[in-house]
Amino acid sequence: MTFRSIKSLLIKTFSVFSLLLATEAFAGENHTPAPAGAGVEATPATEGHGAKKEGDFNVTETILEHIKDDHSWHLWGHTSIYLPVILKTSKGFEVFSSEKLVDEHHEPAIYKGNFDYKLIKGKTKIVDASGNVDEEASKQLWDFSITKNVASLFVSVFILLVLLLSAAAGYKKTGVKSAPKGLQSFMEPIILFVRDEVAIPNIGAKKAGKYMPFLLTIFFLILINNFLGLIPFFPGGANVSGNIAFTMTLAVFVFIVVNVSANKSYWEHIFWMPGMHWSMKLFLAPIELIGVFTKPISLMIRLFANITAGHILVLSLICLIFIFKTVFASAIAVPFAVFIGLIELLVAFLQAFIFTMLAAMYIGMATEEHHHDAHGEAAHH
Amino acid sequence: MLLEINPLVLPDIGLVFWNTVAFLLLLVVLGKFAWKPILKAINDREQGIEDALARADKMKSELATMQSENEALLAKAREERATLIKEAKETADKMVADAKEKAKAQYDSIVADAQVAINQQKNAALTDVKNQVGALVIEVAEKVLHKELSNKAAQETYINELAEGVKLN
Repeated sequence: MTFRSIKSLLIKTFSVFSLLLATEAFAGENHTPAPAGAGVEATPATEGHGAKKEGDFNVTETILEHIKDDHSWHLWGHTSIYLPVILKTSKGFEVFSSEKLVDEHHEPAIYKGNFDYKLIKGKTKIVDASGNVDEEASKQLWDFSITKNVASLFVSVFILLVLLLSAAAGYKKTGVKSAPKGLQSFMEPIILFVRDEVAIPNIGAKKAGKYMPFLLTIFFLILINNFLGLIPFFPGGANVSGNIAFTMTLAVFVFIVVNVSANKSYWEHIFWMPGMHWSMKLFLAPIELIGVFTKPISLMIRLFANITAGHILVLSLICLIFIFKTVFASAIAVPFAVFIGLIELLVAFLQAFIFTMLAAMYIGMATEEHHHDAHGEAAHH
Repeated sequence: MLLEINPLVLPDIGLVFWNTVAFLLLLVVLGKFAWKPILKAINDREQGIEDALARADKMKSELATMQSENEALLAKAREERATLIKEAKETADKMVADAKEKAKAQYDSIVADAQVAINQQKNAALTDVKNQVGALVIEVAEKVLHKELSNKAAQETYINELAEGVKLN
């Protein structure tokens, strides 16, 4: 009986939700492209009736604010940690607290350092006296600030170091012969999973050992950041693994490792596909060459899009309460947010696994030994 | 350009830089102090288990061969024992038979000797008896003759009688 009522409630919610989606997707047609599917449902709410009637609540901005990086880390209420800003300009390095970039109303303010700095859409820019962006000077501005994402990344690095070093200490203490205990027994299956399900099937047992530290580090770094991203408050709350800079960096590392460890046969298969007619070889070479780059790019976009989309989804559901301006909307929004949150838990693990899996696969492809005698034929043509 | 429109897909150099630092740090520190000992420990344990299993298998097969060897030995011993017993029995039988035969032969020869001796004795006794009978006869005959010869007619009758008696013998 309870089950049936829950089911009917779910169905009603879904229909309301899809109706909302449909109408707003329609309304959103003339709007500028929403950031990475940033809730098609969210944008028009502000542009349509939102901007006119509700005034100051902008769903897109709210969501983007949570997705994007920031110079301060919100703790609770009006309390935030102001993180250091590190800038490199034509006049050298400069370090100051990000508190100086905002006024007492949390609005961007001008800070006078070597230049006049101001946050324009969350990014530090050099402005002139009248407050306009100085494009020429801003191009020479390198922002190495410890932002929220960087701080969160450091937190995750710290957690990883503590977790794994203490797990490693367990092996030293209890020795090899005894069964793993505590933290050790929690980490070992994950490590074995990466080794037996990811590394060995893709790279081969002989070479897998060489790449295990790399794959394990990538896996755990993504996993811990995915999980930290799901925690809505400090020390989570940052969207590290849903940030393209983070995924790009990891993808670049994969790209480097794959191409550095690639053997002769891998390059031969890219530039002069064996066993093909010479015209086919000419045709395939550029495609294969593009493939070299699309592989890490796909890694980058997959992780970024998955994590960002999950965050946007949860935030959109929570924003429903503010769109409807009634607390009763939470009856729908909160269960859905919890449901999506549970899916996100799965996605957090899945994306870490897929990233590592594909990285292992690319490494495996690059180091694979081919056993065919097409080499002689290639020489003939 | 898309990158300029959408702030989400525009990577910040700051995060790229710090992420590179963080990742390399993790890779080096974890690689040296976590992954290496953990993977080594896991490998060692697996190797140990594998070795132990292999040893157990080897022991098992060794045990099996030993058992079969034992059985073969046992069977051989049993066979040998059987043959030994058989041979012993044969020898014993033969010895008994030989002894019997020998005994019989001895017995026969003893009997034969005895018979010869008996015959000899008998003959000797007979001869003796004959001699004695002869002497007695002669003595009797002498006495009779002494008495008879005193009577002529009776003498003759008697000679005739004797003569007749001799014929009957």
